[in-house]
Amino acid sequence: MSVLVYTESEQGKFKKIALEAVSYAKGVADMLGTTVTAISINGGDASELGAYGASKVLQVSDDKLAQFNAKAYADAITQAAQNESAKVVIISSSANAKFLAPLLAIQLNAAYGPNVVALPEGTSPFVVKSNVFTNKAFAKTELKSDIKLIGLSKNAYGLKENPTSAAAESFSPSLNDADFSVKVEAVDRVTGKATIADAEIVVSGGRGLKGPENWGLIEDLAEVLGAATACSKPVSDMGWRPHSEHVGQTGKPVASNLYIAVGISGAIQHLAGINSSKVKVVINNDAEAPFFKAADYGIVGDAFEVVPKLIEKLKEFKANNA
Amino acid sequence: MKILVCISHVPDTTSKINFTNNDTQFDTNGVQFVINPNDEFGLTRAMWFKEKQGATVHVVNVGGPETEPTLRKALAIGADEAIRVNANPTDGFFVAKQLAKVMQDGGYDLVIAGRESIDYNGGMVPGMIAALTGANFVNTCISLEVEGSNAKAIREIDGGKETLSTTLPLVIGGQKGLVEESDLRIPNMRGIMMARQKPLKVVEPAAADNASQVSSFEKPAPKGAVKMVDPENVEELVNLLHNEAKVI
Repeated sequence: MSVLVYTESEQGKFKKIALEAVSYAKGVADMLGTTVTAISINGGDASELGAYGASKVLQVSDDKLAQFNAKAYADAITQAAQNESAKVVIISSSANAKFLAPLLAIQLNAAYGPNVVALPEGTSPFVVKSNVFTNKAFAKTELKSDIKLIGLSKNAYGLKENPTSAAAESFSPSLNDADFSVKVEAVDRVTGKATIADAEIVVSGGRGLKGPENWGLIEDLAEVLGAATACSKPVSDMGWRPHSEHVGQTGKPVASNLYIAVGISGAIQHLAGINSSKVKVVINNDAEAPFFKAADYGIVGDAFEVVPKLIEKLKEFKANNA
Repeated sequence: MKILVCISHVPDTTSKINFTNNDTQFDTNGVQFVINPNDEFGLTRAMWFKEKQGATVHVVNVGGPETEPTLRKALAIGADEAIRVNANPTDGFFVAKQLAKVMQDGGYDLVIAGRESIDYNGGMVPGMIAALTGANFVNTCISLEVEGSNAKAIREIDGGKETLSTTLPLVIGGQKGLVEESDLRIPNMRGIMMARQKPLKVVEPAAADNASQVSSFEKPAPKGAVKMVDPENVEELVNLLHNEAKVI
């Protein structure tokens, strides 16, 4: 009857979203008067999950699962949920989690609540609050079936330490050939650079940068902050930057702690995409740009003058606070 | 190859979002509805399969009669036939059950849906159709090629992309990248005239329950005023981000 949480890892190390999912699962388990069981696939040490409230960790160690495979992973999580008679299953909102979620929901015959931002309002009826209309509103939704699958929005609940002694248990799901009917042929992942999905800070550029040749400015600012780089829709449409950096309603959502927009006017579709970010800074030479109304901090000025100064001051700050 | 493109009828991306009836219903007053952008990229890719590989393209929507102009637009863009499942799309699970039945009844080889609709952002319907029908599934698909019964797809992952191979029948959750923004088609007069002659079938829904039910909506709390920093004193911004916002 425990709450089951799927904990994602990369190269054997748990991701921050996995620890956030465990923190959240512990909150739900407390409401239900039960405990948290985590399933980890080729993941890290059980004690790392215990620190956030997991009492048991089902560890899957299988070379066939070295690469993410939605169907096989969904099968493994389904079997773990059945093993634990879990009534609530928690996953993150990563691209991989969103890929496997609908498969998992059908296998478990579970109601799926995606993009959830807070602990359930109640457990009977079981009502969750989630982002809808691309962050322009919230919905409160009752999950009606016996088993509930919750997709937790990134950075919505945060990390909550809850030291628990986590019992590691090895778990071997039975997988069949059909689980691997979609094969990974190649993975092309940027390494050594923060990604929009995982970064705490995102630095984004718009048409105000005037051309792709000026992107060094955005990259330098991102580098000093350890941030990911992003862009507005016109910039990706004009081919200055790849689509994968396009932030907004039809691009990627950003739920970082800090979002810095340089030379972006703030179209409603862009603002929707970044609404879940905690602190927003806007640098724009047009004081009338709509983005200022949505920002926490603003500078009206020429990006080509302001940003280099900002980089310099941030370097000084880092040197003094190292 | 028979392709089914799933079309969500959604508020235009510039719409102001408001609610009525004690915040239990989306206020459609003054809202213009469009083909869900993620679906439109998929529909445009389907047109490529039709023109280059002789595919047949049908479009489908689960909704009331008010969604028919959106289906007619898809026909004007070039789809051969439209199907409307005459039901209120209560939740993703219910919609997926309807679409799985349409897929099976019509013997489609490829179902192209958007990664998510821009209204409820559920992102669950394409995967659920695949799980219900036993078809293969690729989400956040940014490139798709089909040769005989083999498919090669590229999907976007966090921080990169992944090349996948699989076989038909296949369901994809598509997005920008399947085609470019500049490839999107605005229906011309001939297309619009022809769309009037094309079949738009209305079918009654299969028996299915919804698994979830929205009880109410709310809008985000209004934001505090922006704090302006002098461009000659960017050090203040660094201080504010460190001491006040505590994000650096």
